Amino acid sequence: MHKLRRLEALEALYPKLDDRVVVTIMGAVAAELQSIGHRPNFFYLQHAMGLASSLGLGIALSRPELKVVVFDGDGSVLMNLGGLTTSARYRPTNLIHVVFDNESLLSVGGFPTATSTGSDIAAMALAAGVPHATQAATVDEFLAAFNEASDRGVMSTIVVKVADEGPGQFVTDLGLLENRFQFARYLKG
Amino acid sequence: MPVSVTSSQIVFDALKGNDVRIMSALPETWLVHLIRMAEDDPDTMLVRLAKEEEGVGISMGAHLAGVQSAMLMQNHGFLASINGIVSGAQLYRVPLLMLISYRGTFGERDPWQTEGGGLTEDILHALRIPCGHLDDPATVEHKIGEAITLANASLRPVALLLCRDLMWQDE
Repeated sequence: MHKLRRLEALEALYPKLDDRVVVTIMGAVAAELQSIGHRPNFFYLQHAMGLASSLGLGIALSRPELKVVVFDGDGSVLMNLGGLTTSARYRPTNLIHVVFDNESLLSVGGFPTATSTGSDIAAMALAAGVPHATQAATVDEFLAAFNEASDRGVMSTIVVKVADEGPGQFVTDLGLLENRFQFARYLKG
Repeated sequence: MPVSVTSSQIVFDALKGNDVRIMSALPETWLVHLIRMAEDDPDTMLVRLAKEEEGVGISMGAHLAGVQSAMLMQNHGFLASINGIVSGAQLYRVPLLMLISYRGTFGERDPWQTEGGGLTEDILHALRIPCGHLDDPATVEHKIGEAITLANASLRPVALLLCRDLMWQDE
């Protein structure tokens, strides 16, 4: 049985992103989401690793009427484990934190992260106090977890175990500042 | 405790008067009253952090979402935030309002503060972050207003150093 591909997971969830504010970290997840189709409600934080979850938290706390989804990676989360405790502490009900865990820092050459040797981000999220944290390994499990998180209306972390692979290139034709200003304009409504 | 309540109130009121609705904070001694005021105020959201760099992400999100925020931290917390400031806020031209308690400089008694104290302004200058000194209660309100104006016009981080002369009352 092949391991779930991140692109498959994103394609399956894509229709549900119409009415949500999406923040991604850099690397494969940003390039792959763009390859499916960029939207003005998507923002790609193409550096400041660790801070996609904090940025999503900032939007969620500022705008309680918006639904926020963060697409993060295991490498990024491991750089800001303390951030899990902050998200848990304030637990905005409009925030879902998805972590695509490929057990690797892919875009810099594929170095195995600690999730390849037993570190468990979903368990760490629960232990940090995140009200709802779960793990998925198939498209069906991922969609079920996302729907449950959405229906329950509690701050949730969903770790999706994916294959250690990604797009052919990481630089896209969407400029960083172009994205930043269009996104802010979108949020202004 | 010799941290000045009246100065803290002037700082807090100036932040509120400039529509700051979210304040992220990692406490240190000089910030204790300011943080308490943020916690007690029903119109201010205080976000207590595990690490100061998270505040960069939170303030970026708040700005993009149209909400004015401020970061309250010690200068060592600023040091801990540099990658987020450079490859987050500066890369994306997002303003930050950083209120930084200026430990480790003239008058400092704690030896562990002194290395960071000696480097704070040099690093702010190296990052081209405009830096003001809040050292006199009479000019705090005006300087905070001007800092926020500059941050939002330039779409870049601005730092205000909370100085010993403002925050500390020697007994």
